[in-house]
Amino acid sequence: MYDKNKIVTGLVIFVAIVTFPFWYNLGKAIPAPEPKLSEKAKAAKECVVPKADMKSEHMQILDLWRDTVVRDANRAYKTGKGKTFNMSLSTGEDSCTGCHDNKAEFCDKCHNYASVDPYCWDCHIAPKEKKPEENK
Amino acid sequence: MGNSRRSFLKVAGITALGIGTKPVLDVFAASGGHGAEPKPEVSQNEEALTAKRWGMVIDTRKFHSAEDLDPIIEACHKIHNVPELTEPRHKVMWLWGDEYKHVFTHREHELINDRIKHLPFLVLCNHCEKPACVRACPTKATFKRDDGIVLMDFHRCIGCRFCMAACPYGSRSFNFRDPRPFIKEENKEFPTRMKGVVEKCNFCAERLAVGKMPACVEASNGAITVGDLDDSESEVRELLRTNYTIRRKPDLGAGPSVYYIV
Repeated sequence: MYDKNKIVTGLVIFVAIVTFPFWYNLGKAIPAPEPKLSEKAKAAKECVVPKADMKSEHMQILDLWRDTVVRDANRAYKTGKGKTFNMSLSTGEDSCTGCHDNKAEFCDKCHNYASVDPYCWDCHIAPKEKKPEENK
Repeated sequence: MGNSRRSFLKVAGITALGIGTKPVLDVFAASGGHGAEPKPEVSQNEEALTAKRWGMVIDTRKFHSAEDLDPIIEACHKIHNVPELTEPRHKVMWLWGDEYKHVFTHREHELINDRIKHLPFLVLCNHCEKPACVRACPTKATFKRDDGIVLMDFHRCIGCRFCMAACPYGSRSFNFRDPRPFIKEENKEFPTRMKGVVEKCNFCAERLAVGKMPACVEASNGAITVGDLDDSESEVRELLRTNYTIRRKPDLGAGPSVYYIV
């Protein structure tokens, strides 16, 4: 083999560069964030559907709700347990953000991590962020 | 050799059957198992105001100048987060005042009496029976509800403005700019709009849903009445029975639901 040294050196450099992102980030994986519940949400204990379903399906629920409210004018949601919610993202005390009044801690934490950018807040007015000391 | 293969296949077949049935049984168990909790229900609010066909009667005899209209317009624009833009071409309006010659274009003549000539008329979306905007909308963002209210689903609007071209009353406004910076005082109970969508009067659908009359009715001191046009006992029908009323451009066949007592 001609130029063995050059080829092997080149190969080593090439492999090192290609695999750089893998070994550079080794052991540095950011843990998945946990959304923080507001005091109000903690006190309420139950949401419109169980927590696991909410985690995986809240986007479909919101999409279905907005059609139900806007198109059919149905605005009251009664859960299986008999609790009634106002089917709204941002209107009133028994809406989504009426309870989850900490957008940064509750919505943004996971959305930023998963790099999703929902356009809810282009129009809906986000709940006013409280200062950290007020939250505790 | 033949014998052992035969027995091997037998055992293998039974094993495969055994492994295959478990997931199937699990699915059956899951689908029928939890009957304890009733399904969630979706309904209208109990206090919601309803009608078969909403309509509005505006008594223009109770207005004398533009100042009389201002508090009504302000009430509407404030609760719906309508931006206040100064550039005339960018203005967003749900409810506004205009002269007789612009409002009732087919009825105007040069010798009309002085009161009518200088009287500002309140104009808004007419919530037509056969709305041209609904037919023009390519995404069904604008639609007519069963109770006659012509509504917009801002989520679906792509800002093509076909509806604005179709509306014979100019009742629609386009957000040429991000409206947020031009809203003096945000009403947190109602969303704003974003740049690139069309908006118009929604007959206060969100207020009717919680049992409240439209904001303009509340602010008008009795000059504006809304009610069910299909109910012969309703207040609007009583007003229409006892007063001479006109509508805007009825000859176009859109069937506007806003009536004016002149």
